[in-house]
Amino acid sequence: MREQDPQVRAKNFEEVACGYSPENAMRESERCLMCPDQPCISGCPVGINIPGFIQKINENNLRGAYDILTDTNLLPSICGRVCPQENQCEGVCTVGDTLEPVAIGRLERFVGDTAIKEGWVNIPYIEPSRFKVGIVGSGPAGMACAADMAKAGCDVTVYEAFHQPGGVLRYGIPDFRLPNAVIDAEINNLKKFGVKFECNTLVGRLFTIEQMIGEMGFDAVFVGVGAGYPTMLNIPGDSLNGVLSANELLTRCNLMRAKEFPVFDTPLPLGRRVAVVGAGNTAMDAMRVSLRLGAEKVYCIYRRSRKEAPARVEEVHHAEQEGIEFNWLTNPVAVLDDGKGGVRGMRCVRMELGEPDDSGRRRPVPVAGSEFDFEADVIVYAIGTNANPIMGQTSKLKLNKWGYIGADENLATSVAGVFAGGDIVTGAATVIEAMGAGRKAARSMKAYLGIRDSALPYLAPGGEGAGTLFGIDLRERNFARVRVA
Amino acid sequence: MSNFEIVRREDFSDVTYLLEVRHPMMAKAAHPGQFVIVMLSEHGERIPLTIADFDAKKGTITLVIQAVGKTTKEMQLACKVGTTLYAMVGPMGIPSPISHAKKVVCVGGGLGVAPVYPQARAFKEAGAYVIGVLGFRNKDLVFWKSKFKAICDELIVCTDDGSEGIKGLVTEGIKQSIAKHPDIDEVVAIGPPIMMKGCAEATRPHKIKTMVSLNPLMVDGTGMCGGCRVKLGDKVKFACVDGPDFDGHKVDFDDLMTRLRRYTKEERMALDHWEKSCRLQKQIEAAAASLDSPSPATVAKR
Repeated sequence: MREQDPQVRAKNFEEVACGYSPENAMRESERCLMCPDQPCISGCPVGINIPGFIQKINENNLRGAYDILTDTNLLPSICGRVCPQENQCEGVCTVGDTLEPVAIGRLERFVGDTAIKEGWVNIPYIEPSRFKVGIVGSGPAGMACAADMAKAGCDVTVYEAFHQPGGVLRYGIPDFRLPNAVIDAEINNLKKFGVKFECNTLVGRLFTIEQMIGEMGFDAVFVGVGAGYPTMLNIPGDSLNGVLSANELLTRCNLMRAKEFPVFDTPLPLGRRVAVVGAGNTAMDAMRVSLRLGAEKVYCIYRRSRKEAPARVEEVHHAEQEGIEFNWLTNPVAVLDDGKGGVRGMRCVRMELGEPDDSGRRRPVPVAGSEFDFEADVIVYAIGTNANPIMGQTSKLKLNKWGYIGADENLATSVAGVFAGGDIVTGAATVIEAMGAGRKAARSMKAYLGIRDSALPYLAPGGEGAGTLFGIDLRERNFARVRVA
Repeated sequence: MSNFEIVRREDFSDVTYLLEVRHPMMAKAAHPGQFVIVMLSEHGERIPLTIADFDAKKGTITLVIQAVGKTTKEMQLACKVGTTLYAMVGPMGIPSPISHAKKVVCVGGGLGVAPVYPQARAFKEAGAYVIGVLGFRNKDLVFWKSKFKAICDELIVCTDDGSEGIKGLVTEGIKQSIAKHPDIDEVVAIGPPIMMKGCAEATRPHKIKTMVSLNPLMVDGTGMCGGCRVKLGDKVKFACVDGPDFDGHKVDFDDLMTRLRRYTKEERMALDHWEKSCRLQKQIEAAAASLDSPSPATVAKR
């Protein structure tokens, strides 16, 4: 796939990867073996029929490819760009055993972008049901849940606290990785399904979850508010001006368009030398945003080695190409004060890998006497997030010991009719995992509301032959809310 | 939900103005001590403003704003009755804990007079003896005196120059109140950080519980960016979701003041940029007006 030259793109916010041409896509589609095992499908958190849509590309039937994709994934343009494919579909691709795996993500993006360009949208016949569903948070989990519930005929309203919908897709992921136009297109598709978006609405404070289920008349609610609350390092100098979370940097830059200051009013802390702590996708975004904002030097500080870095391989690769200086096995000790409340630099210590820890990764331990200082004027923390406390403060939802919303395997919470998924249940994860959770919650919601889920065969748990009566599960016969179409 | 229409405006001085915004749902949900985040336009920044009053019956939220920077000056020009804001989200933050204190001093300094009002009223409604201490720079800036008189058992107005009430800072009012009433249970202080710091220092030797409402820089107001973090002893809290009210005796005000100065340069730039474009706009309008009105020469020809 053609990419912008690293020297050029490090100065602009245009998309890095330019996407496939139809010829490229056709050629890539031929590399799929159509193997009978189809490991890619089980590697995908939402189970896209990957060989199916690739086959359609190969037949030059892009509309057909789009139809197959949208059977399971409403947001192909987004997922093609931001999924960590190397750990999912592409990681288990049979071709990948010997050669480069099939570029599934790029093909998915190609089909999604073609659909946006051509104005394709798949609106199935929707039979209205009498149910009203509320979705809290318009990020990937909320969007996925909203889509499925709208398809099931529910009257769906999505609430968003920011002034624009999209959640992390909007405020977090920068334009050069996911252009706003793509998010707008996908949200407009949702609106065509009848989904309503209400921005500027802070659920919990403007009204509570209990009020939604009660006086506001929602039959079911999905909470997908994300983790959000950024972690600080708790080292000396944390509160200095010039130290900020990646969330703050990215929100200012992406959502508030601070990169266009002073045409847009929100300012940004512009650094000459920027150090970003962490090596996840958010850290990569923060580094590359800093570079595009004009930093002369951008450092990555990460306490483990490159192998353990949680970012997508492509992002680390892109960041390296653009001239980010990576300091693997390096841990911050203190942020150094310039005497005026700002940052002068950072003190770090070198690390080495010791025994494996709980996560299975080798635990980094400091090398005695290896402290060193370097010059920096902006420090960005991208070391993960904690649970946002608002839901816990304002509802009776049971939280787990880390403050995330407690949910069972069907994503049902402790309050009847309320489901939760995405980062607010699992802690920080990926866009596609959040979407997977949104869809799973939608399935549970349909079961709870008694809506026939056409995607689910009525099989008994464990996959044994179901005892059905005219297609209705025997156990459901006396279920008050079963809906016989 | 609401289109954030401005239904009333009142100018207290040439820099301070009041806006009443229609938002029935928020008016019902709001509690004393909470704040909103407002955007004037799509290009605007998100600015946090403490709710100065709310009226569930009328369905309105009252904000009192001081024109100090680009956004607040622009709002002063643009926000007329009948116009709308681009966005207003809230009520944010944890409501002020209205304790069972029997005797309370509610201190407001400058613009802080507005947000302390709902707290004073709530204390009054909870049956407390409420002493109001309001501080202004001079007589011309005084507002809401009668509004406070109606709910306070005692009211002390302080001005820097002595043009109204007692001459001196609000800390003078606090000292007088403490001298007169040895049984004060709680002090609530809202105003500029330096004032709140002074109030906390004034009550510290008397060990009177002192709550302050902090106003750090914010972006989202939902606990997501961490820009509003404040130091409380050795702990770090986010004012937007852990506050905005905190124990004044624990707050590191110097840290807060340093952090408030983070974007001084950029704020100045934005203001200059805006003022320049305002001047240009005026020149264009003036030029257009002179083109429209016939020149003496053309009149003569007729």
